[in-house]
Amino acid sequence: MNAAQNIQSQAVPAKGASGFAAWPPLLRILTIATLIAILIGLYMGLGYAGTDVEQGDVQRIFYIHMPVFFGAFIAFGATVVGGIQYLRTRKPKWDTLALAGAEVGLALGLLNVVTGAIWARPIWNTWWTWDPRLTSAAIMCLTYAAYLMLRNGIENPEQRRRFAAVYGILAIVTVIMTLVVIRIRPDTIHPAVIGPSAQNAQGTFELEATRGVGAALGMNFPVWALLVPITLMWHRIRLQNRVDQVEAMKAEVLNQ
Amino acid sequence: MKTPFWQAVFAIARKDLRAELRSRELVNTMGLFALLSVLIFSFALELDRAARQESISGVLWVTVVFASFLGLNRSLAMERDQGNIDALLLAPIHRNAIFAGKLLGNFLFTLVVGLVLLPVMSLLYNMPLIQPWILVILLLGIAGFATVGTLLATMTVQTRARESLLPIVMLPVALPVLLAVVRSSTAVLNNAPIDDWIAWPQILIVVDVVYLTVCFLLFEYVIES
Repeated sequence: MNAAQNIQSQAVPAKGASGFAAWPPLLRILTIATLIAILIGLYMGLGYAGTDVEQGDVQRIFYIHMPVFFGAFIAFGATVVGGIQYLRTRKPKWDTLALAGAEVGLALGLLNVVTGAIWARPIWNTWWTWDPRLTSAAIMCLTYAAYLMLRNGIENPEQRRRFAAVYGILAIVTVIMTLVVIRIRPDTIHPAVIGPSAQNAQGTFELEATRGVGAALGMNFPVWALLVPITLMWHRIRLQNRVDQVEAMKAEVLNQ
Repeated sequence: MKTPFWQAVFAIARKDLRAELRSRELVNTMGLFALLSVLIFSFALELDRAARQESISGVLWVTVVFASFLGLNRSLAMERDQGNIDALLLAPIHRNAIFAGKLLGNFLFTLVVGLVLLPVMSLLYNMPLIQPWILVILLLGIAGFATVGTLLATMTVQTRARESLLPIVMLPVALPVLLAVVRSSTAVLNNAPIDDWIAWPQILIVVDVVYLTVCFLLFEYVIES
């Protein structure tokens, strides 16, 4: 079977309606719920929660900074699941999931790094420092950029999916590394949120000290760690299906 | 009937060794690159005595990793260009034996470069690099690099970008190994008490075992077709 037929057989039949009306009902609900939840989360973080005594308003960025990392973690997890399932079943839909996970995870990972830098400027007095966790998080983002580059370097779709699956499974190492690095490198200045921070961590804060911090985090965490990545990945998968469909139509026209 | 696993592994490694002994292509390129890199580092960093103690393990490991890129690319591109990979795939051997055989060869070539680097760097930088612990760390570290490198180079030589892609995909994944080897060898060179750094070689062993298992399982998927 040649590549074009392969894509064609997987393509979703075109529907008449397009845009919002064409979305599956669950996706419509999920998208609206995510948007509303983001707004509520922003209100909780920016308005409801009290101002941190030591850090002032800049601490509020944390309500997004920490949850988006876990959002990236979920998305990269989808890349691993997609990769393993693709190698087992050879169904292209699993590769589409892996691709969506890598792209959404990369976006959220970059958001995590950027919000961290904005927070670090007033608190650590520098945008960037060669702290083990910062370095590891940056390398994590570069790994997934390499993943996308690897995909672009392979023309045969079947081979591309296979190699991407293998690299997607290996790449999770850098994500796990970012998670555990503050436990095994005690010289980090990055505060740990769960459990005791390293001795020289700078910029820790007490969940109990300020009013509403726990509630604001409780609201924002599921939004950025679950709703946002899942909604974005779903849209990305639909977009990829469209791309495959267009490719198949193009191949069909060219073959005539 | 299939050739027994280890027999196939050693046959592939022996083939690589024999080709290498005759051409000396890999070790020559890697060795020359490593020497140049060590010299260039000493100019670029203008190391004094104290700075040397802190940064020499970094110089050593960056040099080993970059030299291994050269070796890995050559070793796998050779299989592909001369059509040997197809012959190996047709042969009645287990797919993973190909991985183990190539891994063994790549490990040995990089190890030779590492072993040459130790006395050379001891001389040039006036540091006691020839120590039992450094050798242990060298073995474990090169094993880790060779493992992920063999898997990833097998993929990248089949892509459009070929040689240039290997460093990009391999450096991030090799990071845990790099972190552990640099930390432990710096501690050894600073005569730190063993309790302070023994965790690093232990982490290194865990990382090596995990990578070996994962790459072993994934290899059959990168040489299909």
